[in-house]
Amino acid sequence: MLVNEKIAIQHGLKSDEYKKICKLLKRTPNITELGIFSAMWNEHCSYKSSRIHLKKLYTKGKKVIQGPGENAGVVDIEDGDAIVFKIESHNHPSFIEPYQGAATGVGGIMRDVFTMGARPIANLNSIHFGSPQHKKTKNLLRGVVHGIGGYGNCMGVPTIAGQTSFDSSYNGNILVNAMTLGLVQKNKIFYSKAAGINKPVIYVGSKTGRDGIHGASMASASFDDKIEEKKPTVQVGDPFTEKLLLEACLELMAGDSIIAIQDMGAAGLTSSSIEMASKGNLGIEIDLNKVPCRETKMTPYEIMLSESQERMLIILENGKENLAKKIFDKWNLDFAVIGKTTNTKNIELFFDQKQVVKIPVNTLVENSPMYDRKWKKSKLPKKIKHDRSKLKNLKIKETLKKVLSSPNICSKEWIWQQYDHTVMGDTIQKPGGDSGVVRVHGTDKAVAATVDSSATYCWAHPLTGGKQVVCETWRNLISVGAKPIAITNCLNFGSPEKEENMGEFVECVQGIGEACKYLEYPVVSGNVSFYNQTKEIGIKPTPAIGGIGLIKDYKKMITMNFKETGNQVLVIGKTEGHIDQSLFARTILDEKNGPPPEVNLFNEKNNGETLLSLIEKNYIKSAHDVSLGGIITAVSKMCIKGNKGLQLKIPKFLINEIEYFFAEDQGRYIIEVSLEDIKDVIKILDKNSVHYDQIGKIIDKELIINQKTKVTIDELKSYNTNWLKEYMN
Amino acid sequence: MKSSVITFPGSNCDRDMDVALSKFGFKNKMVWHNDQELPKSDLIVLPGGFSYGDYLRCGSMASKSKIMNSVINFAKSGGLVMGICNGFQILVEAGLVPGVLLRNKYLQFICKNVHVKVDNKENTFFKNLDKKVLELHIAHNEGNYFCTKDQLKEIEDNNQIAIYYCDQNGNTNNQINPNGSIKNIAGILNKEKNVLGMMPHPERMIDENLSGEDGSIFFKNLLNNIK
Repeated sequence: MLVNEKIAIQHGLKSDEYKKICKLLKRTPNITELGIFSAMWNEHCSYKSSRIHLKKLYTKGKKVIQGPGENAGVVDIEDGDAIVFKIESHNHPSFIEPYQGAATGVGGIMRDVFTMGARPIANLNSIHFGSPQHKKTKNLLRGVVHGIGGYGNCMGVPTIAGQTSFDSSYNGNILVNAMTLGLVQKNKIFYSKAAGINKPVIYVGSKTGRDGIHGASMASASFDDKIEEKKPTVQVGDPFTEKLLLEACLELMAGDSIIAIQDMGAAGLTSSSIEMASKGNLGIEIDLNKVPCRETKMTPYEIMLSESQERMLIILENGKENLAKKIFDKWNLDFAVIGKTTNTKNIELFFDQKQVVKIPVNTLVENSPMYDRKWKKSKLPKKIKHDRSKLKNLKIKETLKKVLSSPNICSKEWIWQQYDHTVMGDTIQKPGGDSGVVRVHGTDKAVAATVDSSATYCWAHPLTGGKQVVCETWRNLISVGAKPIAITNCLNFGSPEKEENMGEFVECVQGIGEACKYLEYPVVSGNVSFYNQTKEIGIKPTPAIGGIGLIKDYKKMITMNFKETGNQVLVIGKTEGHIDQSLFARTILDEKNGPPPEVNLFNEKNNGETLLSLIEKNYIKSAHDVSLGGIITAVSKMCIKGNKGLQLKIPKFLINEIEYFFAEDQGRYIIEVSLEDIKDVIKILDKNSVHYDQIGKIIDKELIINQKTKVTIDELKSYNTNWLKEYMN
Repeated sequence: MKSSVITFPGSNCDRDMDVALSKFGFKNKMVWHNDQELPKSDLIVLPGGFSYGDYLRCGSMASKSKIMNSVINFAKSGGLVMGICNGFQILVEAGLVPGVLLRNKYLQFICKNVHVKVDNKENTFFKNLDKKVLELHIAHNEGNYFCTKDQLKEIEDNNQIAIYYCDQNGNTNNQINPNGSIKNIAGILNKEKNVLGMMPHPERMIDENLSGEDGSIFFKNLLNNIK
């Protein structure tokens, strides 16, 4: 087929991008070459709109072994151990086909992690759906949850934490972000950089089929009315094969045969081969007739653009082919030597003894487009003047009931009970707490992980929102007694070609960067998902941040359930009564405007570090960060989990009870301290200039609010646990 | 005491079972599904997971793998065999215990703690257990035990029901049945009582930091009974 500009545009390339290709090649590309360019230059693979901004993120630190740019980030957890982790989006496919979309999202991220030599030890996810009233929401939620479970459960990797939200901005574009942590020995990490000439290039795993062709291009465009027609671009997952691939790869990695390894994810064989060659500054030659194919008569174009799952590309040391083949035979997986590395710095593909592609590798990678797109700065919205007398008239019990049962706060047990969260026998904190925690097998250490996002805050003021999300993960880790180490980010936004959306992206990234730098909490991996947009309507900006932290002695892990009657309960951090953009404002007052709560990084750091030192000294019986729904929501959840009550009283000062209880000021935690330790704890808080309020003591079976309103634990439970179950059944 | 855990392609609780057995004093060996012979063992365990991806029917392909001939012979000659979760499904498919395991009643994977009542202590697995109710953990999609009326009568007459899903006080009723199993059956024995298949995972409850500790009680007791 002859290539022209029209065909290039059908491939998602812009007119000037096509011209650039012709100029770089000094000729017109053939159709396979055009397909390769379109796969490498789309937004999903090239980061062409985001690269310039991502460079500004804080990515270094003492614990960072590998920052952004590899299959996943790697951090040091001492004693020669390291954690490999990353989050990735699978939004577009999950909307088109929720089960397979979500399943292959989970499969893809696990592959990114075990490609680096790490055994996956925990999965997390951040999933966002449209309004519960929207006709598609229920089926999408059901399909996504089945898909995540279907893949992760079969792999035997526990899903230990996650986040689910509902917002009408996701009606036409749901978000499915999957995160995986893997454990590896520091000196046994594998990278994707090719090295050496005439080294065999090996294809292993599943056969290549016609599924997922142009998946990455599909994920780089907005949706329109014909989105259902895109079903063939969604990949089909086979977790069984991936489990075999995992075991086979780890078995091969135990030796010294591998020079470089890269999974075939987005843009399949194209991006994996080109990335390896590019990083090694080498060329690569592949005979496409040798690629194991599932279907007959596949063309070079189809083979190169297929996104069939569960495949890996490996560059081996010479002479190790037989040893490697034996391992893959044992696991019943395809194994084929399909090419070799060269010194030409070209990617050269052969099919039926003819050369079908010859492209200089650097034209596809370094010369890929990079845009400094126009973006619009957003102003901090003005504070809303709430009618205090109206607030005073609200009945607290009814208000609490509405908040606890609202879709974004209610218990997500219906979801996480469908995920195997205990396999591998090291899960010491299950979903439903501040962070999931798994032990580092056979040691006293444990790793905590959390994933968070606050689209409403980011939408109201991206810069503040970006900072806030980072801080929230930081708090969630500290609440379980973990020292935060690093984050991975999944940046979900609308179209970068719209100035407003691009502005949201730029300022969220700036906020993330500032918070990471201040907290010395670097970004080590991540992914950008633009074009979460149907026609003209985009999603609220939703950076999802996954944070991980280390607990040196897992016996010191903290949980959020109230422990003992008589213990004292305190709020750490100052409550100013910030109601704007809170769940309370949206749910009860129907008020959607105003600024998000301010993020004070000094307080955030100081409060968090002080709490960690209190935990270290064994003063803290339970802890929970205060986020959505404010103090009263936080203590209600601690009551429910601990099956204990609380005599809750508002401190003597100023703001009224509703504002105090439902405000979403940042940098706060609830802590439980025994009577005998309270003096020491207060001394330490004072010494560190940490603001605190004593808000009550633990009692049996009832939450008593300001001596008037009584709510039993059973009532709290029913408010919190019923909504989702009833909605789904 | 010597134990062997079989690894099938897709098994994923094999390591957990190895950890548990070793912790309580078994000398455990891992055995590959393609092997012909079993090492000398006092106990054979078929672990949980998704052998062969659960394709065709859960456990069906694994039940035909090479090592299973030896496992079946071992069981027929009176050796102790225990199948947990997917291992239970394999035992059913191999005909070593009666009945079938259907998809859970609510068509969902369930991962949570459950209580089981131990009624029948006249077998090596539960003999001398000083608790009547154990808190164990389930994680499965196909644990809905079913058999024909005649089979059920036979099973009951022979005292083959090992454990029932119950509440924490040992009451069995429909409400606490997690997956729709007939009669709340969570585990079943063969006629000779040397083969046990059960859905709950005792190996996930072996220290206080995990979901609970009743798995430890089960393993310690089992070891004592074999000694």
